[in-house]
Amino acid sequence: MGARASHAAAVPGAERIRRETGFSQACLLRLHHRFQALDRNNKGYLSRVDLQQIGALAVNPLGDRIIDSFFPDGNHQLDFPGFVRVLAHFRPVDEEDPGVRDPKQPEPLNSRMNKLRFAFQLYDLDRDGKISRNEMLQVLRLMVGVQVTEEQLESIADRTVQEADEDGDGAVSFLEFTKSLEKMNIEQKMSIRILK
Amino acid sequence: MALKMLLPASPASCLLLLVALAGAEAASDSNESANSTAQDAVSARFAASSREPAERISVFELDYDYVQVPYEVTLWILLASLAKIGFHLYRRLPRLMPESCLLILVGALVGSVIFGTDHKSPPVMDSSIYFLYLLPPIVLESGYFMPTRPFFENLGSILWWAGLGALINAFGIGLSLYLVCQVQAFGLGDLHLLQNLLFGSLISAVDPVAVLAVFEEARVNEQLYMMIFGEALLNDGISVVLYNILIAFTKMHKFEDIEPVDILAGCARFIVVGCGGVFFGIIFGFISAFITRFTQNISAIEPLIVFMFSYLSYLAAETLYLSGILAITACAVTMKKYVEENVSQTSYTTIKYFMKMLSSVSETLIFIFMGVSTIGKNHEWNWAFICFTLVFCQIWRAISVFALFYVSNQFRTFPFSLKDQCIIFYSGVRGAGSFSLAFLLPLSLFPRKKLFVTATLVVIYFTVFIQGITIGPLVRYLDVRKTNKKESINEELHIRLMDHLKAGMEDVCGQWSHYQVRDKFKKFDHKYLRKILIRKNLPKSSIVSLYKKLEMKQAIEMAETGILSSTAFSVLQQAQRTQATKRLSPEDVESMRDILTQNLYQVRQRTLSYNKYNLKPQSSEKQAKEILIRRQNTLRESLRKGRSLPWGTQVGAKNIRYLSFPYSKPQSGRRNAGAAEASDDDSSGLGLPFITFSARPQLGSLRESRLAQEVIPMKSLPQATMTVPFRDGRDPGPGRRTVARPRPLFFTLEEEFESRAESDEEASALRVRWTAERGHSREHGQSHSPLLRRK
Repeated sequence: MGARASHAAAVPGAERIRRETGFSQACLLRLHHRFQALDRNNKGYLSRVDLQQIGALAVNPLGDRIIDSFFPDGNHQLDFPGFVRVLAHFRPVDEEDPGVRDPKQPEPLNSRMNKLRFAFQLYDLDRDGKISRNEMLQVLRLMVGVQVTEEQLESIADRTVQEADEDGDGAVSFLEFTKSLEKMNIEQKMSIRILK
Repeated sequence: MALKMLLPASPASCLLLLVALAGAEAASDSNESANSTAQDAVSARFAASSREPAERISVFELDYDYVQVPYEVTLWILLASLAKIGFHLYRRLPRLMPESCLLILVGALVGSVIFGTDHKSPPVMDSSIYFLYLLPPIVLESGYFMPTRPFFENLGSILWWAGLGALINAFGIGLSLYLVCQVQAFGLGDLHLLQNLLFGSLISAVDPVAVLAVFEEARVNEQLYMMIFGEALLNDGISVVLYNILIAFTKMHKFEDIEPVDILAGCARFIVVGCGGVFFGIIFGFISAFITRFTQNISAIEPLIVFMFSYLSYLAAETLYLSGILAITACAVTMKKYVEENVSQTSYTTIKYFMKMLSSVSETLIFIFMGVSTIGKNHEWNWAFICFTLVFCQIWRAISVFALFYVSNQFRTFPFSLKDQCIIFYSGVRGAGSFSLAFLLPLSLFPRKKLFVTATLVVIYFTVFIQGITIGPLVRYLDVRKTNKKESINEELHIRLMDHLKAGMEDVCGQWSHYQVRDKFKKFDHKYLRKILIRKNLPKSSIVSLYKKLEMKQAIEMAETGILSSTAFSVLQQAQRTQATKRLSPEDVESMRDILTQNLYQVRQRTLSYNKYNLKPQSSEKQAKEILIRRQNTLRESLRKGRSLPWGTQVGAKNIRYLSFPYSKPQSGRRNAGAAEASDDDSSGLGLPFITFSARPQLGSLRESRLAQEVIPMKSLPQATMTVPFRDGRDPGPGRRTVARPRPLFFTLEEEFESRAESDEEASALRVRWTAERGHSREHGQSHSPLLRRK
C-alpha cells in the first residue's frame, strides 16, 4: 500500500484537478495517497463499500448520506477527480481579496454558496431543490437519540420548516436555506484545516 | 462549594476519625511515648499472655496502635473518595476547578484535624516509599492512557518542548533565584547555586493534565491536547532525572570546585539516564506483550502480568540509576497496543480500572500528606524568596513556551497559534510531583529545607487554585464563541448537521502525518512484531456467543415492548401530516430547543478525551450503538423494499425505534475496532458489535470476498432477531432474506461463499480475526440460505 510511487507524476490529470479545485500540489498528493489507501483492491476507483469501511463513518449519524454525496447522479464508482471534487468543497476559504475574482470564471468550489449547496443536498434527497417537511423530518430522525418521541420530532420538523419558509409552500428552498443561515460562519464551519 | 458537600459526608468520617484519635490517645497514654511504633504494639499484643499474670479477661479491649497506620491511611483515602463523590454530584463543579483543588482541600482538612488534635501522623511518606510505591502507579497510568497515534505524530514537537522546556525552566528559575539570593537584604545568602538549581528543577515539574478536565468541552484542537499530554508525561521523568543528578552533584565532596568536566559528565549522564530508561521500558514492554500471548487459559493473571512487568521495568531501571519513570512510561506505551489485543475483555477492563485506582490512591495520599505538611509548625517564611519564586515561575514558563514554540513552529505543518501557546503557558499547574521532591530533600544537605518546602507549597496552592480556576474562563474566552446565544432551532439543527458533515469528511480524509516513518513502522509491525506478540488463535466462540446473546436479548425486549409491528406507525404518520402548521408559543419553542440540545447526537471527537480521575466511555458508546442499530434497520428495510440504499421516501424504516443494546461490552467490537487501524482511525474504545472493517492488504485474492462479507453480518443479523435464536436455522418468518439476491452493492456475494474452503488455521493473527467472523457468518449463511450450502 505504501509502496506506490508517490510523486506528482503519479496523479493523473493533476493540473486540471488543481485548476478546478484549487488544492495545492502537496495536498493533492496526500489526497491521492488517501484515495489509494481507501481503494483496497487497486481498482482505480472507489465504491461505496470502500467508503463504508471507514470505521468512523459508521457511527456518524449522517454516514450514509455523506457516502452518498460522493456518488452523485447514481454512479457507483468514484474516481479520483470526483473524490477530490467533493472534498474541494471543504477547502478553507482563501483569505485573499474576494473582489478580485474574475466573474466570468465559475465560482470556486469552496465558496460559501457552494458549501451551502453541498449541505443542502444532504437534506434534499429527491433533488427537487426544496427541503420538504418530510425530508427535514428524516434528517432530524437521523440526528436525534431514540428517546425523543415521534410527535416531538414532528413538531420540531414543523417548526424548522416554518422558521425558514418564507413563501409559504411548506418547503425550504435553497435561497430560504441560505437566508436562514446568513449569520453563520459557514466558511469556518465547513472547512477542514488539513485541506489547505 | 466542595466543602458543602463534604458536610454530610464528613460527620460520619469525622466520627470515625475522632474515635480513632480517642483510641489513639487512650492507647498512647498507657504507653511510655506517644509515638509508639506498630512494632511495639504488635509484640506487646502477642507477648501479652506472658506479661500479665493475674488479670481478668476483659470483655472488650481497645488496641489502636496495632492498626494505626493502615487504619488512618484507609480513612484518608475514604475521605478523599467521599469528597470526590460530593465533588461530582455538583455538575458544574468539575468544570470550574480541577480535581486537584479538591484533593488539596481534603488534605488540608485532614492536616488541620491532625494538627488540632496534636496527633502524630503515621509516617507515610519518606523517600523510599514515595519513589518505590507512590510514584510508579501515577506514571504508569499516565503512560497507559496516552493516545499513541497523536503522540507519535507530534513526537518531535513534544520532545523538544517537554525536554528543553523543563531544562530551561529549571535552570532559568534556579539561576534567577540565585541572583536574588545574592542580594544581602533578603537574608538568603547561604543558599548557594546548586541548591537554587535543585529548587529550580523540582519546581519546574508541572502537572498540566490536571486542568484538562476543566476545558475539556471547549474543543481544544488535538495538537494542543497532545502537547499538554506529552509534556505531562515526560516532564516528571525529566525533573526527577535532573533532581537526581543535582543531588549527586551536591553530594560530591568538593562541590564548590565543580569543574567543567563534571558538568559535561552531568550532561552525558542526563542523556544516558533518559535514553537508557526508555530503552529498558521498551524491552520490558515487549516481554510482557509476548507473555500475554500465552495466557488465554488463565486470564485471571493477565492484569498481574501487566502490572508486574511495568513495575519491574521501573525497578530494573532504578537499579542501574537509570530513569525509572521514563522506563515505566515507555513500557506502558509499548505494551499497550499488543496487550490490549491479547487479553480478554474482562482483563482489559480490570487493568484500566485498577490502574486508575492505584494512581488515584497514590495521588490522594500525596496530596493528603501535602495538606498535613501545610498545617504544621515546620515552615519558614521568607517573603522575598517566595514572591520571587512565584514571579520567576511564570516568567520562565512564558519565556520557554514562546521561545520554544516559535522555533518549532517553523518546522511544523500546522503551527501553533498564539492562542494555543497562551493556553499551554497558562496550564503550567504544579502538582504532587514537585511537593514530593521538595519534601524528600535530604535535610543534611539542605539546612534550609523548610524554606524550600514552604515555597513549593505556596507555588502549588497558587497555581492549582488560581490558575486552575481561571483557566476555564480563559479558554472559553479565547475560543471566541459565537455570542449569539439564542439560535433558532433552524440554525441549531443545521449547525449540528454541518458539524457531523465536517467530522465525516475529516474521517474520509483520514490522518495525515509523516507518512514514511509511520508506514515503515506499520509494515515492520505487521510483519514481525504482531506475529510474535499477538495470540495465534483468537477464540471464535466468544464472538459467536456474543452475537447470540445480544440478538436474543434484543429480540425479547423488542417483542415485549411491542415495537415489532411496523404498520401502526405509518397510519399515524399520515394522520399527522394533514395537521395545519400552527403558530407555536415561545414555551414550545423553548422546549423544542431543550429537546434538541439534549438529544442531538454529539459529534465524534477525534481524540478520546482523557480525564485523569475518571473513566467515562459510556455516552459516546451508547450513541454509537444507537446509530449503528438505526443504520442496520434502514439497510434491512431498504432490502425489504428492494433498493440498495434508502433513497426517496421510506415508509417503514423510520418508524422503528429500537432500544439501544443492552450494555454489554462486546469483545469482538473492541478487536474489530483495533482492526480498523488500517484506515488510520483511532477508534479504539468503541463497542462495535457487528460492523467489521478493513481488510488487510495481504489478503490477496480473497479481499473482495471478505469485503462483501463484512456487510453481511450487519444485514443478516436482524433477520435472526425477529424470530428465533439463529442457531435453529430455520427461519420461515418475514425475516428470511435471500442473502444471495444480487445487488449492485454486494455483487461478490456468490464468490465469497465459494471461498469457504480456505482453512481456518492461518498463521497470521490478523487473518484469524477474519476467520472468526467468517466462521460466524458462515453459520448465518448456512442457516439462512439453502442455496449456499456448499460445504
